[in-house]
Amino acid sequence: MKLKTNVGMVINLDKCIGCHTCSITCKNTWTNRDGTEYMWWNNVETKPGIGYPKRWEDQEHYKGGWENKNGKLELKQGGKLFEYINIFHNPHMPTIDDYYEPWDYDYEKLIKAKPSKYQPVARPKSKLTGEYMEKIEWGPNWEDDLAGSPEYMLKDPNITEDLEKEITLEFERSFFFYLPRLCNHCLNPACVAACPSGAMYKRDEDGIVLVDQDMCRGWRFCISACPYKKVYFNWDTHKAEKCIFCYPRFEAGLPTVCSETCVGRIRYVGIVFYDADKVKEAASAPEGDIYSAMLGLILDPTDKEVQKLAEKEGIRYDWIDAAVRSPIYKLVKEFEVALPLHPEYRTLPMVWYIPPLSPILRVMNSKGYSDIEIFPAIDEMRIPIKYLAKLFTAGNEEPIRKILKKLLAMRMYMRAVQLGKEEEFNDKILEEVGLNRKKAKELHRLLAVAKYEERFVIPTTNKEQFENTFKEQGFTGYDYKPPCDFCKGH
Amino acid sequence: MKRKFSYLLRRLKHFTAREKYSGGHSALMSYDREWEDFYRNRYSYDKFVYTTHGVNCTGSCRWKVYVKNGVITWEHQAIDYPSTGPDFPEYEPRGCPRGASFSWYIYSPLRVKYPYVRGVLLDLWREAKKQSGGDPVKAWEIILGDPEKERKYKSQRGRGGFVRVSWDEAYELIASQLIHTIKKYGPDRIAGFTPIPAMSMVSYASGARFLSLIGGTMLSFYDWYADLPPASPQVWGEQTDVPESGDWYNADYLIMWGSNVPMTRSPDAHFMTEVRYKGAKVVSVSPDYAESVKFADEWVAVRAGTDGALAMGMTHVILKEFYADHQEPYFQEYAKRYTDLPFLVLLKKEDDGFVIERFLRATDIGKDVSNAEWKLVVWDQKSNRPVLPNGTVGYRWEDSKKWNLKLEDEEGNKIDPALTLLGIHDEVVTVKLPYFDDETKGVLKRAIPVKKLQTPDGEVYVTTVLDLMFANFGVARPGVEEGYPKSYEDDQPHTPKWQEKFTGVPAEQVIRIAREFARNAALTKGRSMIIMGAGINHWYNADIIYRAILNLVMLTGSEGRNGGGWAHYVGQEKVRPFEGWATLAFARDWHLPPRVQNATTFYYFASEQYRYEDIDMENLASPLVKPRYKHPADYLYLAVRLGWLPHYPQFNKSSIELAKEAEQNGAKSNEEIVKYVVEQLKKGELDFAVADPGNPVNFPRSFFVWRANWLSAGGKGHEYFIKHMLGSENGGLLAEDSPIKPEEVKVRTPAPIGKVDLVVNLDFRIAGTALYSDVVLPAATWYEKEDLSSTDMHPFLHVFNAAIDPPWEARSDWDIFKGLAKKFSELAKEHLPGTYKDVVTVPLMHDTPFEIAQPYGKVLDWKKGEVEPIPGKTMPQIAIVERDYTQIYNKYISVGPLVAEKPFGAHGWKWSAKEEYEELKELLGTRDDGAAAGKPNIEYAKQAANMVLTLSSCSNGRVASKAWKNAEEKTGLPISDVAKDYEAQKFTFDDLSIQPRVTVSTPIFTGNTEDYRHLQEIWEKFDEKPPVPDITHMKAPRRFAPFTNNTELLIPFRTLTGRQQFMLDHELFLEIGEALPVYKPPLKLQPFEFDEKVPETVKKSKTIKVRYLTPHGKWHIHSTFFDNIRMLTLFRGGQYVWINDQDAKEIGVKDNDWIELVNRNGVIVARAVVSHRIPRGTAFMYHAQDRTIFVPISETTGQVGGSHNAAAKIHIKPTHAVGAYAQLAYGFNYYGPTGTQRDEVVYIRKVEKPVFPEVEV
Repeated sequence: MKLKTNVGMVINLDKCIGCHTCSITCKNTWTNRDGTEYMWWNNVETKPGIGYPKRWEDQEHYKGGWENKNGKLELKQGGKLFEYINIFHNPHMPTIDDYYEPWDYDYEKLIKAKPSKYQPVARPKSKLTGEYMEKIEWGPNWEDDLAGSPEYMLKDPNITEDLEKEITLEFERSFFFYLPRLCNHCLNPACVAACPSGAMYKRDEDGIVLVDQDMCRGWRFCISACPYKKVYFNWDTHKAEKCIFCYPRFEAGLPTVCSETCVGRIRYVGIVFYDADKVKEAASAPEGDIYSAMLGLILDPTDKEVQKLAEKEGIRYDWIDAAVRSPIYKLVKEFEVALPLHPEYRTLPMVWYIPPLSPILRVMNSKGYSDIEIFPAIDEMRIPIKYLAKLFTAGNEEPIRKILKKLLAMRMYMRAVQLGKEEEFNDKILEEVGLNRKKAKELHRLLAVAKYEERFVIPTTNKEQFENTFKEQGFTGYDYKPPCDFCKGH
Repeated sequence: MKRKFSYLLRRLKHFTAREKYSGGHSALMSYDREWEDFYRNRYSYDKFVYTTHGVNCTGSCRWKVYVKNGVITWEHQAIDYPSTGPDFPEYEPRGCPRGASFSWYIYSPLRVKYPYVRGVLLDLWREAKKQSGGDPVKAWEIILGDPEKERKYKSQRGRGGFVRVSWDEAYELIASQLIHTIKKYGPDRIAGFTPIPAMSMVSYASGARFLSLIGGTMLSFYDWYADLPPASPQVWGEQTDVPESGDWYNADYLIMWGSNVPMTRSPDAHFMTEVRYKGAKVVSVSPDYAESVKFADEWVAVRAGTDGALAMGMTHVILKEFYADHQEPYFQEYAKRYTDLPFLVLLKKEDDGFVIERFLRATDIGKDVSNAEWKLVVWDQKSNRPVLPNGTVGYRWEDSKKWNLKLEDEEGNKIDPALTLLGIHDEVVTVKLPYFDDETKGVLKRAIPVKKLQTPDGEVYVTTVLDLMFANFGVARPGVEEGYPKSYEDDQPHTPKWQEKFTGVPAEQVIRIAREFARNAALTKGRSMIIMGAGINHWYNADIIYRAILNLVMLTGSEGRNGGGWAHYVGQEKVRPFEGWATLAFARDWHLPPRVQNATTFYYFASEQYRYEDIDMENLASPLVKPRYKHPADYLYLAVRLGWLPHYPQFNKSSIELAKEAEQNGAKSNEEIVKYVVEQLKKGELDFAVADPGNPVNFPRSFFVWRANWLSAGGKGHEYFIKHMLGSENGGLLAEDSPIKPEEVKVRTPAPIGKVDLVVNLDFRIAGTALYSDVVLPAATWYEKEDLSSTDMHPFLHVFNAAIDPPWEARSDWDIFKGLAKKFSELAKEHLPGTYKDVVTVPLMHDTPFEIAQPYGKVLDWKKGEVEPIPGKTMPQIAIVERDYTQIYNKYISVGPLVAEKPFGAHGWKWSAKEEYEELKELLGTRDDGAAAGKPNIEYAKQAANMVLTLSSCSNGRVASKAWKNAEEKTGLPISDVAKDYEAQKFTFDDLSIQPRVTVSTPIFTGNTEDYRHLQEIWEKFDEKPPVPDITHMKAPRRFAPFTNNTELLIPFRTLTGRQQFMLDHELFLEIGEALPVYKPPLKLQPFEFDEKVPETVKKSKTIKVRYLTPHGKWHIHSTFFDNIRMLTLFRGGQYVWINDQDAKEIGVKDNDWIELVNRNGVIVARAVVSHRIPRGTAFMYHAQDRTIFVPISETTGQVGGSHNAAAKIHIKPTHAVGAYAQLAYGFNYYGPTGTQRDEVVYIRKVEKPVFPEVEV
């Protein structure tokens, strides 16, 4: 067993209001400059829909992620040989139109217009060509709230034949939910494996995946290899850039910008311990089993043996404590309510999603009325369970059912508490989903009350372990560096 | 420079590995990671500053604004709010994507960087100034004296040609125009519009203070925006008081009704998503599959505009199951004490039954008491006789200490009011009630139990409000069955089955949700809540729709309870430090009264929309009564002359000349001037300006707009504004004069064009309003000034702080008006020397003794000789204000003496602010010059903010204590100790910079946040504890819920009955058939009233006719942020309209195609967003996308397509004009006609090839 630490994030889709604050604050902080206009390290999509870039989930087209080829784990786009052959032309690259053509407006016209017959109007100009655009045809969130559904919705790669009857363009059957996406800081990152320059790496201390801006040569194999299309190409610097999990903040014990500014309070950030020796095995599991294999990778931080192992690895007390208090561990492993996005891509993503509840599809039956059981049952809900399974469990419906039932059971129990009818409550409802009264209250607290320090449990990085912090105090931030102790004598 | 050796870092890669694992799949590498400083350096910053976003969204969110290298780089939400307690979700973080994009504006090309004047005006003015020998006031006389010159600059408005000027020249041009207006027409021809003080109080106050000092008019916003729910003053006597959003988390049943919470209340939405986990059921009532529906357990897909019918059906179920078949004890107790349900109503006998006359009064039963016309009657079951319960409005304006909700009669005996007369009735008779639906109106004839009372005038018939409710809703009881539906399935008014055909909602769903809602309230003692918003408040009949919905929360005892009741959010109306702010803003420290007016009426006449009137009151009135007028304008004239509503310009004569004229005719004192004015009015020598809006003497002449995109965001019917108010070339308006003509208000031909002589706009960005203004002044943003903010969504007080000083030549609003005041005062020395008497008319206001001026709700018109004209009684109050125009600047920058000299307070509560005035001198220092000598100094915005905080009860514990003492005196209740714990608490600006603070409980608002233990202490002093259910869960800090002062402390509601009112008995309410909640459908408007006006483009195209809705949108807060590249990128990059996919197919439109929306009011050009989540026959154009970004020329009009307001028009509801009648009395932004905007219908046609205006730069 090889114990390692990885950052983790849980995103509660059941609470996501689709407001895109995460995207904006991320963009202002990190990608508000020439060359990065079209990049949204964090974006939010409406599901069902084709997303950003268009149909990114279609790996038959983009060839992202890994595949298990006769028991051998290989990049879907091909190995080193493929890279050397195609190094000047990568056939699986998304084009700018798959993202969108970034634009701006000739705003100054509004104040500078000479007297005219018409009221002045600012028009869009392409950021790529500088030309006026007659029309804007696509953007990073074109399908918001099912916008343009007749054109796009059914082209969602998850809507395969078996879902065509359930997901239709009928007003009465409408449903949607939001899917915020960022780099998953995977345990088995395809982007890192695909980089021919050695510029991409996963940090040892926290697992954050980065592109070394000095070493990147702009080959862009990371872009095609990432099945989530979360590595981008900067047209100005000609280097790849991606979500950095806000490491300057994370190192200081702060959550990512997208998490802290999430006004829906849907995000959780923390660390998990995992067994790095089992990565390949988990990534090679049969599709429907990858999720459970991932749970198997994650180590129980309260386990004395695990703690000992961590100490042996040089992991300090406060990191072990953070792993124990980690909301990620709790939601993913202890309560098993959070799922990976498309585990079948085999990158072992470390951003997890709590699937959404939805309104009842038909009018509720007014018979059998009870004060506590007044919620729709999970099979009556609008979002087909099959559709959620396509997104989060490679088609395995069982874990989805379990989670939705768990959320419902918790709601019923809490309702009983609120109405002063706790005594009348039938505990079987909780037991069936692996909860008891105490656990249900804990889960409620984690999902609803969720104070800042419960959502974000982040140890500060122990810089003293790999740098002379005494010296850094005075030198950090200067772009020249202090002479080394060795050089000083000469 | 030497590089340091790299320390050992480790990375996972396929070069030389230090260590391998996972069977060689992964490897640990050693490498230098120094490059990581790349992003670290980006993240570093020099400082961050806490400030607030001041946009009208109700948010009031605190932000950290980061500054690096002297440049504002980005903003993240603050997370430092005071805690909500150990087991409660916190308010952090607050702020939404719109707000997060704000820093883009600071340096964007859209920024107004310098003062600008339109070149054609500037040339005319410079030339005229030369001609006049440098006299700037004469220069205006020259320009405005020449119709050709006037036309020249007015017609260019909106169509380019701005040039940069110096601040000094801009000030001179504006100040001299104001002086010209004052001299020629009087100061009330100067008006200002800025909305929503709560979003930045000092900035609001800047222009308002300046205008109030010179005698100008401030126009309201809350009613104009249709954010004011008129039902709130009608039912509760309160503008709007609602739970803070945290209180949603206390609910156990939550209906989002026409309120798209995730989209429009983003920072608060989490309390809604989170309370689901606590076991609350959530229901969304929405015509489309809206974002709010995503979070609901059930979607009630009601047809747009029929919400009232749905609520009527639900009310039927609750009345039947919880009041008729079974009497829920909790509801009964609540209804008896806190609602008008037990009050006796006088019935009038007609040939075929009885109709409602009005509430029974003390005078009717021969009780000889003070204010007898204003004391109402219930039937006491204990003594078996009619009695006068405490708390009715008659008690409010006398010193009997019986203005409270103790269940006592006029002699102090305990009483038990009968809710129904059934069982103790003398007779069952037939009552006739007006009925409305989508197709018809009619009369319901239903049995009702009555008692016969002997009165001085003979025998009368009375019943109770609850009995009338049973009859109105069709809920039969044993022995009272004649004319009633037999069951829920009986399709008669107002059963669940009946509503089905209008709403499309199955009866079954209506029954179950109503039952669940009420049952939940019974179990939890009122924790059933309905969140409402703009979605239904913008209908013409919004007030009556609301009253139908409010039935649900009042009948279930949910109002005035934490976690329950009506939660209404549109517009950031809650100025928490209200008393101090109102003093600053309306210069009440220097002069009383200020001129404030309801904007809807102002614009209705100023933009000549009344001449295009498309509703005939006869079609809207009750089938039981003939309305007195056909045209709404006549109702407004009536309202102005009877003192119900203000209207400025006031008279068809200058208010200053009028005083002079009175003195020339022998008036020696102010009283004699008033007497002269009344005589002149009576003789008809003088008239109200509202009677002749097209007369140039009655035009508004100078107009200021700040903190608002007046034209594009709020300007309903903006083509009318552009043509008649501004006089710009206009191609958008397709309407012609209406055949519906007023009887008393004059319509002049030809219609006036370009009434206003100068339009000044302060803004930080070029929006639609700036384009159409004459002068644009560069305002500071929220990141560049000091100010205050509060909201009803949360209980905190916030400040603005400057992260940088205003860039380029921008200045804060406070400084801009300060500069103008200075220039104005200088010019006044020569042009307006000495003092002037200004005759000011003021309506009979709510929360003053004038609210009981006109008894019984009967309309008596002095103009028709029905009564004598008596100021303050049968007509407006008339005051004389003395003005010294040379002292405007000195007054602007100092706190005037009236603070200490006059009773201080708000909403009817009064105390002395003498101590605070002295304290201000110490805190702010005093000034030396002119009128300001010895007065507290408020030269700077931060000082003004501290003045507001010091004088207000929510921010100064000692003031709160005074307010509660006054409440004790007025009510006779032992409540002076409510604020005891806060007496030493006082917030200054700097305190709030450090952290937002929770406001103190004050009677100025209707709720308190006292915890259970403190309430117990207070109740120990009561003779008997108010009937509040177990509230041990109300731990500190307790969330704010409205009307808890009424339910927990027994302070009366500020209404006629002192209770929440289901019934309104004013004559005009009977006239329009809205004495009781009814269903009224949307107005039956057509895109074109006459076929011959339909434009060729429409005739030749395939079109669909759809209901046009303009709810609040996702990518903008009104028009703010809709020009911001971030927000534009995140959706469609310009104006868009959502339509249904089947509808789109009918006219060959695909997603993203260009379309035109056409009706008689104007034309909109936008791109279509096609989706199946939109219901058929409905177009959603999210409100206020403005017309400045990516809008082509309309094929129909040949001009640039309009904003969302192009298809709208003002429609006046006369009941909103009612005044001088308890809660139906005027208050600024409190009561008055709302600018409704949801009843329009448009044609949609496809545009094949859009053409954009070619404009030279």
